[in-house]
Parts: sequence; structure tokens; C-alpha cells
Amino acid sequence: MTEKKNLLASGHKACPGCTVPIAVNKVLEATGKNVIVVTATGCLETFTSLIDFSSWEVPWITPLFENAAAVGAGVAAALEAKDGNERDTKVVAFGGDGSTYDIGFGALSGMLERNDNVIYVCYDNEAYMNTGVQRSSGTPFAATTTTSPCGEASFGNIKYKKNMPEIARAHGIHYVATAAISDLKDLKKKVEKAMAVKGASYLHILTPCNVGWGFPSEKSVEMARLTVNAGLFPIIEYTDGELTAVKKIKKIPVEDALFVQKRFKHLKKDEYAQQLKQVQAIADANIARYGL
Amino acid sequence: MKLSVGGTCFAGGSKANNTGVWRQTAPVVDLAKCVKCKICVDYCPDCAIAVDEEGCKIDMFYCKGCGICSNECPAGAIRMEV
Amino acid sequence: MGKTVKVMEGSMAVANAIRSCKTDVIAAYPISPQTHIVEYLSDFAANGELNGKYINVDSEFSASSFVYGASATGARSYTASSSQGLLLMTEVLYNIAGSRLPLVMTGVNRTVSPPISIQPDHQDTMTLRDVGFIQLHVESIQEAYDTHIQAFRIAEDHNVLLPVMVCMDGWILTHAYEPVTIFDDADVYKFVGGPIKPYQKMDPFDEKPVNYGCYADEDKLMEFKYLIMEAHKNAEKVIEDVALEYKETFGHFAGGLIDAYRTEDADVILVGMGSVTGTIRCAVDELRAEGKKVGLLKIRSFRPFPGRQIAAACAGARVVGVIDKALSLGYGGVLGAEVKEALCNQKNAPAVKDYIAGIGGKEVNRAVIKDIFADAEKVTKENILDQEVMYVNLNRQFVE
Repeated sequence: MTEKKNLLASGHKACPGCTVPIAVNKVLEATGKNVIVVTATGCLETFTSLIDFSSWEVPWITPLFENAAAVGAGVAAALEAKDGNERDTKVVAFGGDGSTYDIGFGALSGMLERNDNVIYVCYDNEAYMNTGVQRSSGTPFAATTTTSPCGEASFGNIKYKKNMPEIARAHGIHYVATAAISDLKDLKKKVEKAMAVKGASYLHILTPCNVGWGFPSEKSVEMARLTVNAGLFPIIEYTDGELTAVKKIKKIPVEDALFVQKRFKHLKKDEYAQQLKQVQAIADANIARYGL
Repeated sequence: MKLSVGGTCFAGGSKANNTGVWRQTAPVVDLAKCVKCKICVDYCPDCAIAVDEEGCKIDMFYCKGCGICSNECPAGAIRMEV
Repeated sequence: MGKTVKVMEGSMAVANAIRSCKTDVIAAYPISPQTHIVEYLSDFAANGELNGKYINVDSEFSASSFVYGASATGARSYTASSSQGLLLMTEVLYNIAGSRLPLVMTGVNRTVSPPISIQPDHQDTMTLRDVGFIQLHVESIQEAYDTHIQAFRIAEDHNVLLPVMVCMDGWILTHAYEPVTIFDDADVYKFVGGPIKPYQKMDPFDEKPVNYGCYADEDKLMEFKYLIMEAHKNAEKVIEDVALEYKETFGHFAGGLIDAYRTEDADVILVGMGSVTGTIRCAVDELRAEGKKVGLLKIRSFRPFPGRQIAAACAGARVVGVIDKALSLGYGGVLGAEVKEALCNQKNAPAVKDYIAGIGGKEVNRAVIKDIFADAEKVTKENILDQEVMYVNLNRQFVE
């Protein structure tokens, strides 16, 4: 009965309220069918790939955890080698934050440096959700995960979230942008811009996870909105290294975004006032840096 | 049926999966309130929503009952029921 | 058939084969002693002599991933590596074979650290024996050239659809110069069947696009592995057939699963793989001239493992010695174990002794081989259990 042709089919096994399929379908709505998709190991691969019950309506390959970017580059090279990619098929590689920030970082850097004709999309849910919410280097400061729990000697994750979009930009590629699930028009527009690039582009999408962050499933999109408005996830765009767009926020204190998530609920306690201040400082620095 | 060479399969087989059985709460649409903005269509993780001339229709074969549609509906036209 | 005989480096012979097959996508990362192969291919690319694309990538992991993606998109693809680089590729190699992607790679044999060393032995590719690749070992530079061409035919055969790793000893074959007969590009390209005809590939214009890398449960997982085993069985015949067709086309034979040399009436047979078999061949001729009944059994195809053919070739021998250039630490020689397995259920099976030799590039020349033959001659069914393995020329002063 669905009227539009979604390229990530229904019947996938994502948890109820997962925002990743929302992002993927929006990306594929922009690319259309003339695309080859590569996904790294992670939630997206797992919930879409049961043999004979695949959700992908496009050619799709899932290689390993750490090589989606390199495999995507190989796909693009094959298209180019065969007929100069005369049909202008796009290659989109999806990786989660674990794959992008951590284990697949080297292969991603190589792909960006070579400027391979691949749109790399990081869907960022800020931890290893597929294996049960372990900490990645995309996990924000003070968040608890199953491997950065809060305890007598710990307030949760002790490191700041790595700044992947800036690292991608430093490779000198034409197009780098961030987006959040809470603004799909903006996301689609950015995918379209990435498609116009001949060479590598990097898109980073905030996709909240109700299981890993600890909030009711119906709040999944709202949680992205709150995170963005708190200044904790800047929505920006770099074209040829220049900051060409910044999404203005309706500023809220970080508590308004944090206290509705179980992973930050310990920060309500007085003993963690210092950490809460640090999170606000991160948000303030983002707001100042990008003029959010 | 013999397995494919290399563990490949063809696209879109997941449409046979009845993920509606996962549902714990179900969306109920008040068509009188629906403004046909299609925000729910975009935000349904399971692509279970379509909007026709009457308004928003939810395919309960796929709907997992997450409630995002209800939360995001600007017209308050969808409520969740146990 | 147009052909040229030229003295050339082993790496150049391989690069020529890859160029002539009009490989669409080549991705590589440098590691000694694989480097000359990719340098020559880079030269070809720089001079516009390469039909496809040559891409320098950021690691062996990415090199193997790159050709994995390219092959699944229907491109004839190639990579090469050695030693640590091959080990870094391991996870991807399972994926390539499991996805039944018919690419070709060169495994330039080099030992594995520590201690760090760039000398040749078979430890690297032997570690990869279980990944699902066909592994073909070559004796000479000429055979390396011939085998790379045949490898594309074998891999791309729709009854096989398995990647092929051509294993060649680093330095000994990659950096040595020999007269090599190379054939005209057009004839080679014709032999490999012209452009690759993929069994399946990712194409967005297919009505039902193909999906690679699906998830399978216990009802299907072993079944997938079983089908890979079947493909290896099919490959046995294809490897033989392609070698015969190669001879018909180009005039000389290079190929097959095994090469049994002067084994018919042999009392002692030495089994080996790679360049050492050339040394054994010479030693056999010299010992035969002295009246010794000795022979050589060269294993070309390590995967699929030609157990039945090995058993048949060794059926009349009293003693079989195995030159093992790789160790399964905590067990012993790997090839020796497999040869024993091939023989153990045979009637009147010969005694089998394992000779760990050439590890880390330790010299294995004709004199060493003759010593091994002399030792093997003393083996009997009665004393074999007391002396199943010998570490050839082990420097005792460093271990005692």
C-alpha cells in the first residue's frame, strides 16, 4: 500500500523506533535506483541481510567491519574501468560510528585521500549498538555504555567525541556535511550535493538509538532535535574546505537533552556537576566555533 | 532449493517478514485530524505508512508500534493504544 | 602463436601476464618482495600500456577489500602481497572466496615475523590454506608466467568461481632473471576468454539486483562451506583441462595438480612445492646417474589438495620425504601432515618423513637435497616412528 518506492524494503529487523532505516531510505530517495550500496558490519547490515530476506532493493554488498570505504572504492573503480561509468552509477558506503571512527578509520582515510568516487555515510548512534552498546570513539563525553559504565571510580566515558567531520574535511575532499534525522529535507539536499561531486564526499548523520541511549522509542527523532539544539551535534557543511552552511539552533541547555536519556541520567547528581559543566562547555565551544 | 553461489540473494525478500507481530502498542489514526503532510511517511522506520486522499494509512503487517509517527505528527492525528 | 623469448625478472614475467589478461582493476600496497611486480604494473599504467586501472591503496587490508568490491562489480581483478601483508588480508580473503569472487592474486612467499626477516619460506601462504582460495605453487619464472594466465581461466570458470592465489617464492623467483617465453597480448587475451563473463555481479540496471554478504543461520552455513568444497573438487578437473588447453594453444605444458618426475620405479620420493622442486629435480637427475632410485613429486595445487593423485604417485615407493617450508607451531610441518593424511589409509603406505627446510631462507641447494635423500634412504617402516621429523641444518649451538 505504500505509495513511494522505498529502496530499503519493509520487513527488516531493526528494533522498533530505530532511526537508521529512516536515514538510509532518505539517502536512497535522493540517489534513486542507480546506486550500489556497501555497508560495513553493524546494525544496518545485521537487520537487513538475512539470506533470502534481504531488505535491499538495490545492488548491495556487505563486506566486513573495517573495509566498507575500501570496498566502495573498489566498486567505483570497477564501474570506471568497465565503461568509464557512463551510466553514472553512484556508490554509497554506509558505516556506523564504530566502523567509521574506529576500526574502519584507516580504510576511510585512504578512500578520502584518493578521492575515490564514493559517498561515504556515517550513521552515528554514538556506540557499538549492534553488539550491545559498547563505547566507540564517537561516544560523547560522560555517556555511560556497557564498557564505560558509571561507578565509584568512573563518571562514564572519559574521552571527548572525536571530531570526524573535521578529520574528513582535512583530507581536502570537495564535500563534507553533517545532518540529523530530525531534518530530513536538509539530509536529502546534502545527499544531492554529494551526488554532484565527482570524487569522495563524506556525510555524517546523527541517528539516535533508543536502546543504547535509553529513551522511549517514540522519542527517537525528538532526541536528535534536542541534541542538535543543545549544540552537541553541529549541523554544518563544508564545500571545498570552506564552511558553506550552518544550521542555526534554537538553543537549549544541555540538561534538556541529557536528562531524558538513561546514558546521562547520572549527571543529574550533584557529584557530577563538574562533568555536566564540561558537557555544556563542549556545546558552547561548538556554538561559538560554528556560529550555531 | 539449492543455495546460491557465494551466499548472494536477490533484493527485497524481507517484505515477506511480518514485523507487525512485534507490536506492543498500535497507532490509531484520526483521519479527521490528518493534514496529509506525510511527515509520518518519512519518519516511519518500517515504511509502513502511506497517505492517500483520505489521509494517513498504516500497514499493520509491518508496523512495529514504535510510536515515532504519533510523536512527530504536527496535527496530533495519531495516538498509540495498547 | 606470436611469442618472444626474453631474459627477464620473475616479477616482470608476472606483470606481463597480468597486463596481457587485460585485468580491469589492480590494487596493491607495497611489501618486499612483492614490490617489483607492482612497480612494473605501475610502469605499464604510467606508459598507458595497461588496459585497466592501477590503484595504490593504504594497506593490504584495503588492497584486498578494493579488489573484492571490484570483482563483485564484475571486473577482472588482481592484487599481490607477501608475508605480513598476506596475513593482514586474511579476513578479506575468506570473504572473497566465500563470496565466490574469481579474482587472481600473487602470494609472493616470505616468512612471517618475528624475528623480522624478508627471506622466503612458505609460512605466509600456508597460514592462508583454509581461506578457500585455490593455491597454485610454481617452480620457475616461466611457470609463474604461465600459471597466472591459467589462473584467470580457472577462477572465472563457472564450475569453479573461486579466487586463485599463485604462490611463488620471493626473491628466488621474483627477483631472479631467466629466459622467459611470453606470448602476444592478443593470444593471451583470447586464451583467457576475452573480457570476464561474470556469473553474477552488482548492477543497478538488473531487474532483480544481487545482494552480496547475507546473513545465514545454522541451517545453511555448513551448506555454503560444502558448496565451496564442491567447487574445489570441480577445480581439480578444470586445473588439469586448462593446462592441457594451454599446451595445445601455446606449445608447452605447465600446469596440472601435481608433477611426478621419475617416480614410477622410485624407492625414495621427495615431495615439495615451489622453487625447491627445481633443485630437487636436478638432484634426482644426478642421483639417478649414480643408479639411485629416487624421484620428485611436485605439488602444484596445494588447494584443492590432490590427495588421491599423491597417493597414486607414491604407491610404489618405500619412503616419502616431504620438504616443508612452513611450520604449524606446536605441531610441525604442514605439508608433511597433509601428505601423511593422503597416504595413511593406503595399502602398503610408504613411511613418511618430514624435513623442515628452508625456513627463513635457510639454504636448500642440491647438496642439501642429496643429504636429505641419503637420510631418507635409511628410513624404514620399523624406525620411522623414532625419527619422523628432521630440522634440516638446524644450528644446534643456537638452541642448546
